[in-house]
Amino acid sequence: MGVSWLLAWRNLWRHRRRTWLTVGAMVFCNILLIFLVSLQLGSYQMMIDGSLAAFTGHIQIQQRDYLDEQHMYQSVPGAVELAARVRTALGVESVAARAEAFALASSAERSFGVLLTGVQPAYEPLVSTFPGKLREGRYLRDGNAQEIVIGAVLAQNLKVGPGDELTFLGSGRDGSFAAGVATVVGILDTGLPDVDRSMAQLPLGWFRQVFAMGDEGHSVVIRVPALDEVGGALSELRAMLLARKELAVLDWDTLMPGLRQAITSDMAGAWFQYGVLVILVAFSVLNTQLMSVLERTREFGVMMALGMSPLRLAQLVGMETLLLAVLGLALGLLGGSLLTWYLSYAGFTYPGVEEMMQRFMLGGRLYPQISATSLLSGPLAVFAGALLAALYPALRLFRLEPVAAMRTA
Amino acid sequence: MTDISCRNLCKTFHQGDATIRALDDVSLDIEEGSFVCLSGPSGSGKTTLLNALGGLDTPDSGEITVGGQRLDLLSKSELAQLRLNRIGFVFQAYNLVPVLSARENVEFIMQVQGVRARERRSLAAAVLAEVGLEDMEERRPAQLSGGQQQRVAVARAIASKPALVLADEPTANLDSRSAAQLMDLFVTLNTERGVTFVISTHDPRVMGYAGRLISMRDGRIVADERQQPHAMAV
Repeated sequence: MGVSWLLAWRNLWRHRRRTWLTVGAMVFCNILLIFLVSLQLGSYQMMIDGSLAAFTGHIQIQQRDYLDEQHMYQSVPGAVELAARVRTALGVESVAARAEAFALASSAERSFGVLLTGVQPAYEPLVSTFPGKLREGRYLRDGNAQEIVIGAVLAQNLKVGPGDELTFLGSGRDGSFAAGVATVVGILDTGLPDVDRSMAQLPLGWFRQVFAMGDEGHSVVIRVPALDEVGGALSELRAMLLARKELAVLDWDTLMPGLRQAITSDMAGAWFQYGVLVILVAFSVLNTQLMSVLERTREFGVMMALGMSPLRLAQLVGMETLLLAVLGLALGLLGGSLLTWYLSYAGFTYPGVEEMMQRFMLGGRLYPQISATSLLSGPLAVFAGALLAALYPALRLFRLEPVAAMRTA
Repeated sequence: MTDISCRNLCKTFHQGDATIRALDDVSLDIEEGSFVCLSGPSGSGKTTLLNALGGLDTPDSGEITVGGQRLDLLSKSELAQLRLNRIGFVFQAYNLVPVLSARENVEFIMQVQGVRARERRSLAAAVLAEVGLEDMEERRPAQLSGGQQQRVAVARAIASKPALVLADEPTANLDSRSAAQLMDLFVTLNTERGVTFVISTHDPRVMGYAGRLISMRDGRIVADERQQPHAMAV
């Protein structure tokens, strides 16, 4: 180690308490940032997973204009066969074809508007968590049976339960009158009152007969094993369907723009708060280094007299700050990663979190998610802030006159 | 051969409403390898002249040439380079870096000069041995007496192999024995290495070591005498 580094290191410890306080502020800030960013990213991941797993899936193949216009005739030909091809191409089972129609559902006593979804009973539970939210009865089994599962609020409104019959009326794909009588086999309780008020699912085969769909459907829903595999799957599907110009391969971001907007807006607020935190720590470093430079004015004057240029002195202050920042970074990284790593397994909760998380179909515990971004973004910002904070004290040295400096007490 | 030359130096300080002429038309030539004492009472301009000769302070008017280089034509960093490679400073208050050991204080300057680590270490040990501190290399300034600290300061000043040493009242804080030892060291360095010494002092015993005694008063040179040097009586 050169004498300059030795000098820089020892200079740090001239005021042990002051140095530890500054390092402590950096360590605390780093731990907090690692934890908060990990929690934030973990929550986003949980929100995305929870929301997408509920119904939308990660990717959907639709007729090009269906997302915006939602007309019955904007359908995907050979949807079931296409779903099978996608399963083979991606090597995942969680691919299901669907068809949708708005209808009026009636029981003996009442009528309500519903969103009927024709699903593949064998594959729908692999792409959606709704089939697992059964409160009563069972889920659909046979692809052509005249059965229906409905949301809990709708069941309550229609005053029907498993075993009761329900009539629905709507328009077929060709504009014809579509009607059917189905037996309620299950009641779904998703925990989302809006969904439970209008949701009704029936087998896709029977749906297509009733709504004159032929072999068509409205979407092929794909759920990949992890969110970071969406990009790859998307490219593969787009390449596969290059010739079918009438179809669009849409990712979750396009299908649920509100989710991305909610995340982006939350992220902007959080980054602002983190920025304030980093600035506060930078000011703490600035204060320490400025004090350190001011109280050594005489010493710096002597060094200049001995032949050190202002640049060399500024480098010395820079080295001191670098050591201070490295210390804060190393201890902060260690503390922050240990704490976050533990909580990423054990999870944690606080009052009110369960209600909030239910909105995104999540459990009651929060799990921070450690990643390179969450580990390094905060501490590196603090590190950079600390180095920037040393600029002012270092630049002051360029104005120092050796004789005047040596006269200071 | 002339090592230092100054012509018509003037320097004025303002203290409140008062104007103090620290240097008043000072002209002077100092030959290479000479041992010069600047004497005079406090406020006579000794330190100001010394600072000007070392490029630490700029005169209001006049010219200074050190080793053939006009100081007024040099930038701040060129002046620093000149001091680093050509001039050694010894101060009244030693001014060692308190967190570095004696060896590290000496090595530090050599590192700034760009001397390699291994060479630095052996050179620092040799210089400290030369000033009689071979067993105290690892002591920090606070663990050394005033005389020892001043020896470290001298070691630091000569470690860069300067042609000129400027010493501002170097014995002012030392007892008689330490002062005599320090002056003996200066004489040895002057005679054996040919280093030019310019020392400011108002101690008559120190003046006795000089081959040339320049007396100052009110910023002017009032006497400039060559003399036969003699050692201090302890």
